[in-house]
Amino acid sequence: MTWRWDYTWDVLPDLLAAFFKYTLGVTLAAGVIAVLLGLVLALGRRSDNKIVSRTTFGIIEFVRSTPIPVQLFFVYFGGPAVGVSLSPLVTGISVLGIHYACYMAEVYRAGIDAIPQGQWEACTALSLSPQRTWRAVVLPQVIRRIVPSAGNQIIALFKETPFLIVVGVGEMVYVAQQFGSTTFRFIEPVTIAGLIFLAASYPTSVLMRKLEARLAQ
Amino acid sequence: MLDELRDAAPLLVDGAWTSLYYTACGAVAALVISFIFGLMSMSPSVWVRGTVRVVVEFFRGTSLVVQLLWIYYVLPELGIRFEPLAAATIALGLNFGAYGAEVVRGAVTSVPKAQWEATVALGFSKAHRMRRIILPQAIPEMVPPFGNLLIQMFKSSSLLFLIAVSELTFQVKELRVELGSIQAFSIALVVYFVLAQVLIMGMRYWEKRSAAKVGRGPKPVDVTMGEAMAVPTQ
Repeated sequence: MTWRWDYTWDVLPDLLAAFFKYTLGVTLAAGVIAVLLGLVLALGRRSDNKIVSRTTFGIIEFVRSTPIPVQLFFVYFGGPAVGVSLSPLVTGISVLGIHYACYMAEVYRAGIDAIPQGQWEACTALSLSPQRTWRAVVLPQVIRRIVPSAGNQIIALFKETPFLIVVGVGEMVYVAQQFGSTTFRFIEPVTIAGLIFLAASYPTSVLMRKLEARLAQ
Repeated sequence: MLDELRDAAPLLVDGAWTSLYYTACGAVAALVISFIFGLMSMSPSVWVRGTVRVVVEFFRGTSLVVQLLWIYYVLPELGIRFEPLAAATIALGLNFGAYGAEVVRGAVTSVPKAQWEATVALGFSKAHRMRRIILPQAIPEMVPPFGNLLIQMFKSSSLLFLIAVSELTFQVKELRVELGSIQAFSIALVVYFVLAQVLIMGMRYWEKRSAAKVGRGPKPVDVTMGEAMAVPTQ
């Protein structure tokens, strides 16, 4: 069996369309949820209230140690029984977003822990309110520090968007699989899907590595 | 519910064992590949280093799902057919081996330079140097990131139902009608969570032992998931 270029040109536009519309769209939407919710979880874990911090810790641990496909099934098939019927796309975005928020919480935590004690003491000495301490002193430094690892998380999230085929979200790998099962030729669509992933993730991971090296100096 | 659960239990146990078994096979393959690629990526030859670099980036950059589909759908079109176990082991091994190669390289390069110089001064052969001096010091460094990768792999084994492996997720999907969706997938989540905790505990134990072996105290390293994927070890 050989590679067929005419078939390649047939599938390429649809794969690219699915890539830009769904693969990147899901990455972006879930990434935003992860970045925002991750901060909330990280702060929740640091809360002085034992109940809040323990609950947050439990949620993070549970979500992180269970597989995304099962979480997708749980929300997608289990949701309607409790009156939450979400479309595959919304299910996918929220599950990926929440899953990566739990990873992101760890990234934030590492970033917050890396803030020198002196910064906190200086804030106390200057009698800044807790709010200003966080907003004006701590978070700006945390965000600068965590850009590379947060970026790596987003890249990992991007590479896990094909997990959504288990609930039938029409992202690129799903489209590739559909092409394969209707024409009985998988080689072109699946290979191209892989190469598109590589073309998108490799340059970004190189960029993250460079950023990391620059920040380490 | 309880009756159905009693009927379903053997299938669930079977599925959980299958998940663990496939993870174990994938882990052995990934470990071997990590060491081969990791050590090759420090070769003096530019060609060897370059080739390994390309292979590693390839398997890290293309998604695991794509690799599974490739092995399951595309290779048979090319006349190569694998049993599900072999297909899963190859896919998990190559994907996680590519991440592991970076771990091995990072750990070996983190062995202090003086140790390398001492082996040269003492006239050790290359193989002897690696086996007796460098690797014993590098391995404790590798254990925590390998632990993260193992948990990731265990979680990824839930994708194997895509290539018709009857692991836990597959079995739970089959039991969905009898048990009800919420019940079935809640059970699955809890089983995965418990097994992941057991794996984490095992890795913590191994971490302490391997650190103690080279005379280092147990370091307070957080065995968490995600970081292995997140932060490439330099």
